[in-house]
Amino acid sequence: MAVISYIQAVTSALREEMQRDEKVFVLGEDVGKKGGVFRATDGLFNEFGDYRVLDTPLAESAIAGVGIGAAMYGMRPVAEMQFADFIMPAVNQIISEAAKMRYRSNNDWNCPITIRAPYGGGVHGALYHSQSVESVFANQPGLKIVMPSTPYDVKGLLKAAIRDNDPVLFFEHKRAYRLLKGEVPDEDYVLPLGKADVKREGSDITIITYGLCVHFALQAAEKLAEEGISAHILDLRTVYPLDKEAIIEAAKKTGKVLLITEDNKEGSIIGEVAAIIAENCLFDLDAPIQRLAGPDVPSMPYAPTMEKYFMINPDKVEKAMRELAEY
Amino acid sequence: MEASFPMKQIMDEEGRLVDPSYQEQIDEKLVQQLHYHMLRIRTFDRKAISLQRQGRIGTYPPFEGQEACQVGSALALGEGDWVFPTYRDHGATLTFGADMVRMFLYWNGRQEGCVAPPGKHIFPAAVPIATQILHAVGASWAEKRKGTDRVAIAYFGDGATSEGDFHEGLNFASVFQTPTILFNQNNGYAISVPIERQMNSKTIAQKSVAYGMPGIRIDGNDCFAVYFETKRAVEAAREGNGPTLIEAVTWRTGAHTTADDPTKYRPSGKGKDIVDPLVRLERFMKNDGYWDEQAVKTLQDKLNDEVETAVKGMAEFPAPNPEDLFDHVFAVLPPQLQEQKEFYLEFLKG
Repeated sequence: MAVISYIQAVTSALREEMQRDEKVFVLGEDVGKKGGVFRATDGLFNEFGDYRVLDTPLAESAIAGVGIGAAMYGMRPVAEMQFADFIMPAVNQIISEAAKMRYRSNNDWNCPITIRAPYGGGVHGALYHSQSVESVFANQPGLKIVMPSTPYDVKGLLKAAIRDNDPVLFFEHKRAYRLLKGEVPDEDYVLPLGKADVKREGSDITIITYGLCVHFALQAAEKLAEEGISAHILDLRTVYPLDKEAIIEAAKKTGKVLLITEDNKEGSIIGEVAAIIAENCLFDLDAPIQRLAGPDVPSMPYAPTMEKYFMINPDKVEKAMRELAEY
Repeated sequence: MEASFPMKQIMDEEGRLVDPSYQEQIDEKLVQQLHYHMLRIRTFDRKAISLQRQGRIGTYPPFEGQEACQVGSALALGEGDWVFPTYRDHGATLTFGADMVRMFLYWNGRQEGCVAPPGKHIFPAAVPIATQILHAVGASWAEKRKGTDRVAIAYFGDGATSEGDFHEGLNFASVFQTPTILFNQNNGYAISVPIERQMNSKTIAQKSVAYGMPGIRIDGNDCFAVYFETKRAVEAAREGNGPTLIEAVTWRTGAHTTADDPTKYRPSGKGKDIVDPLVRLERFMKNDGYWDEQAVKTLQDKLNDEVETAVKGMAEFPAPNPEDLFDHVFAVLPPQLQEQKEFYLEFLKG
């Protein structure tokens, strides 16, 4: 198995899906000759040409809307939003059209579009290049939202998203792009959408999180293991719809639950996770459900100390985990 | 700009040909076809209003006054082309081949109403304004990529031209030279806002200049102008010459919807001088010897029967399946939704 970076897993999944199915095509801003501002589509333009790798005008609603039209036609578009922050002009297309197409046509039409976007902070991106936007879409039935944490998951989940018959939002943590490397099989594989994954078995406390925070939790868990605290880590992978069964199982396993997101705390994905646990695990809990999240401020600032305060990091996670273990 | 985009007319309000170069192309078959469909959709439209008043269907947006736009453009399309309608374009989709029972079902709140007959490329009507323009660009781009000669037509109103999606759609279509017909029905009002408050431009057609595509302004109450100009745009798109913006100037005779009262905002008497498109065609038919009083009466009876039969079809359509509420959200039902479905079905049992 080759060791590749998180972003290489994106490119590799795109390339293999484009080779496998000629209906798959990529569209977005600067995805062609430049290969994307993060280089996620690097080399695809040369390999597949301008009919399958489209540099679009700077218009996010058009990227989503043209993709939706092509998807309903029978193509498999993979639309790139250059930054998750820039998805806002496309919200109407995604929520009013893509999410509802199957439903409002009584199953006559469907919309197999994948919309990729780099999200998250910690890269000095400032207010408009750092945001987490998943909660904007996480109560819109018809959509699926995937937020992978490892190169292995990226590749298997992105392939699954492209092959899925419904619209999928695929958010990639931009700091993870080159920070994270991991083994990825050479052969074709897909991972199931809608399924969480246990990233570490443990018995004292349960951490439920997704994306880059999974790594912070894994690092903190290593440290705490030296102190004899055993952490169980569940990676949501698909944050909408949630894998309820896996959440309940993970919560019951230790009775002490810490939920982590880089998003603002109020109204985030983990609030729904907390509700699922509260509804189903009351008598299995030995401590109040804890949440570690970004502060409820509009966006992540650039100034280094401020950014550091906003971001989740292994130290913050470790502290929260220790407090919960000692509860 | 108005001078650059004069209103194209083939037949004047008295039903006389003002452009004799079309004399030969306007044959008996075309005249009867236009008349048949315009009368047919008007019969449907009036029946729908009456059904709404009786509480038998929901809120309904009439298209009376826009029949020439909808029929003329739909007849200019080919069998395999794509239609992206709004909620006021069911006259066009009925003409293109949508099923009338389904149409009544749609206005009766039934999702099944969006289901097009097999092989008919009619997208579900767009309710959010201008979103469908981008879908038409996307689908027609896909046809172009595939190497077919099929085109897509996007219908939209005057209000939609203020939306971002209109501008993004025109720009995308022109950059990629997609085979898209951007068919605007300028009916004078976006609900209560008149066109002169919608835009400072004198015409909608002139917006094509900004996007480097052909644009034309036509008399939307002249079914011949609509038919031949749409046909010209369709042929250009088929031949690989890209998109065209068509502004068909027409008039919404009635209210925005059955929940609207235009007397609150439309000056009384405004539009009263506009000759109804069906009346105009009838005048032409009388002038040119196509009018057969008895035949028209027989046709009207036949259309009344068709509409009544469709209403019956709507009434007799099986009741909605409660499971549909859950089953068509995703291709595969996620566990939570499965749980909610079971709860609901259990609840229904009492």
